[in-house]
Amino acid sequence: MIVDAAFWFIVVLTLGSALTVVLNEKLIYSAIALLFTLFGMAALYVFLWADFLAGVQVVIYVGGILVLIIFGIMLTNRITSVNISHTSVQKGIGGMVVLGILFVLGVMILNTPWLQTEFVEPVQTTATIGTLLMMEYLLPFEVASLLLLAALMGAAMLSRRDE
Amino acid sequence: MTVDQLINWLPFGTDWPVITFLTAVIICALPVFLFIAVYALVAIYGEVKISSFMADKVGPMGQGVGFHAGKWGLLQPVADALKLILKEDIIPAAADKKLFIMAPFVVFIGAFISFAALPFGQNTIIADMNIGIFYILAVGSLSVIGIILAGWSSNNKWSLYGGMRSAAQIVSYEIPAGLSIISIIMLTETLSMQGINEFQQGTIWGILPNWIIFNNPFSFIAFFIFFISGVAECNRTPFDIPEAESELVAGAFTEYSGMRYAFFFLSEYAEMFVVSGVSATAFLGGWNSPISGFFDSPGWGVFWFMGKTLSLVFVMIWFRWTFPRLRVDQLMSICWKVFLPFSLLNIFGVGIWSLLVG
Repeated sequence: MIVDAAFWFIVVLTLGSALTVVLNEKLIYSAIALLFTLFGMAALYVFLWADFLAGVQVVIYVGGILVLIIFGIMLTNRITSVNISHTSVQKGIGGMVVLGILFVLGVMILNTPWLQTEFVEPVQTTATIGTLLMMEYLLPFEVASLLLLAALMGAAMLSRRDE
Repeated sequence: MTVDQLINWLPFGTDWPVITFLTAVIICALPVFLFIAVYALVAIYGEVKISSFMADKVGPMGQGVGFHAGKWGLLQPVADALKLILKEDIIPAAADKKLFIMAPFVVFIGAFISFAALPFGQNTIIADMNIGIFYILAVGSLSVIGIILAGWSSNNKWSLYGGMRSAAQIVSYEIPAGLSIISIIMLTETLSMQGINEFQQGTIWGILPNWIIFNNPFSFIAFFIFFISGVAECNRTPFDIPEAESELVAGAFTEYSGMRYAFFFLSEYAEMFVVSGVSATAFLGGWNSPISGFFDSPGWGVFWFMGKTLSLVFVMIWFRWTFPRLRVDQLMSICWKVFLPFSLLNIFGVGIWSLLVG
C-alpha cells in the first residue's frame, strides 16, 4: 500500500515535471523541472531494487549534466537577463511525429513478453554489478572507458589556446 | 533503530499505511531538523569564540548576566537567530521570484537528506542503505543546483559570479572526494555506512585502532584529500571564493535576507557536519572507540561519533581563521593537478596493497 502510493506519487511527479520541461517557455524553468524528472527516475530505479543505479543517476545527471545545462544557460550572451525563453515551432508536425512514436512504443510495450520476477529484496546490489563488469563485460567496459578517454583528450585539444 | 524497524514497530501497522509512513518520516526527520538547528547555534557560537581566541580577543562577552548576550556571550547565537527570524524578507524587484524563493530550500534539502545515512551509533541510523556512502555523495550534488539557482535568480552580477564560481568549485572537488572514497571502498568491500564502521573494529598489531586512516599509507593520504575536498565543497575558507566578501559582497547570497539567508547559513553548517561525519565514519572509525573495548557500547558509540565529527568541524573553523583565501586559478590547479593525480595513485596503491598485504 505505502509502496503503491509512493510509486504513483513518483510517477505523477516524474511525468508532470517532464511535461513542464517540454512545455515551459522559460529555459531555466525547464532546467529546474528536469531536476525533478531526474530525481523521479532515480526513485523509479529504487522501485526496481537498483539502488546503485539510482545513485549513479543522481550523481551523473543531477550533479553533472544538469549543472552543465544550467551553466550553458548562464553563459549565453544575455547573461544579466533572467528572461531567456524558448518557444515551440511547427506544433502540428511535431505533434504528429510524437503521436507516431507514442503508437510504436505503445505497440512495443504491449507486445513484449516482460520478465516477471518476485518482489524480493536482493541481498547485495553493488557486488553483482562489480563482478559482472569485471568478469563478463570487461571488454565493453574497457572500450567505453577508451571512448571516454578519447573524448576527454579531444575536449582538452579543442579548448587549448593556439600558441 | 532504522526507519524500516520503526515502521514495523509502530502500532498502526498495515491498517493505515499512510499514517504509519508519515509518522515514521516525522519521527525521523524532526529530530534531525532540531539537531541541525541546535548544532548550528553551537557552531556559530564556537566559530565566533574560536576566531576571537585565535585573534587574541575575547569575543562576545555580554554585559553581566542580563539580557546583553548572557554570560560569556552565550546568548549571542540566540540573538543572531532571533535577528535573522525577525528581519524583513526582501525579494528584489528584478529577481526571478519563484526560483529566488526555492533556492535556499534546495540547498538545505541537499544537506538535510544526507543525514538519513549518517551512522550516529551502532543502532542510531535512520536508514542503513546498501549504497550509504554513495548516497551521501550523490545527494550532495543537489546543493550545487540550489546555489546556482540562488546566483541566477537574484539577477545581480555578484550573485551570478558567486553562483558560477561555486558550481565550478563543487563540481571539480567532487571528483577527488569521490575517488578517495573509492579507495576506501576497495578496502571495506561495502558501500553501507554500518559496514564501513564494522570493518574498522579491533586493532592493528594490538596498538593502533583498526581505523582506515591507519590501514595503509594510501588511505592515510586519501583522508586528507577527502577532507580538504570536503572543505572546498562546503565553500568554507580557504575555498570561499564563491562568497568572497572582499570581491563579491556575499556571492550567491548577496540579495538574501532574513529567514532565507538563515537557511543558507544553516545548510552551510549542516554540510560541514555531513562532510566531517563522512570523514569520521570512512577514515576515523565512526562510532568505534579509539581504544578497542574502551567504552565500546552502542550508547558510547554516539559519543565517539559526535566527538570525532565535532573535532573535524573544529578543524574546519580553525582552517577558516588560519589560511587566506585562494585565487580561482590556484583553487583549480590544486584540484586538478595535485588532488586528482594523487587520488588516482591512491586507488592504484590501495589495489596493490590489498593484493599483497590485505
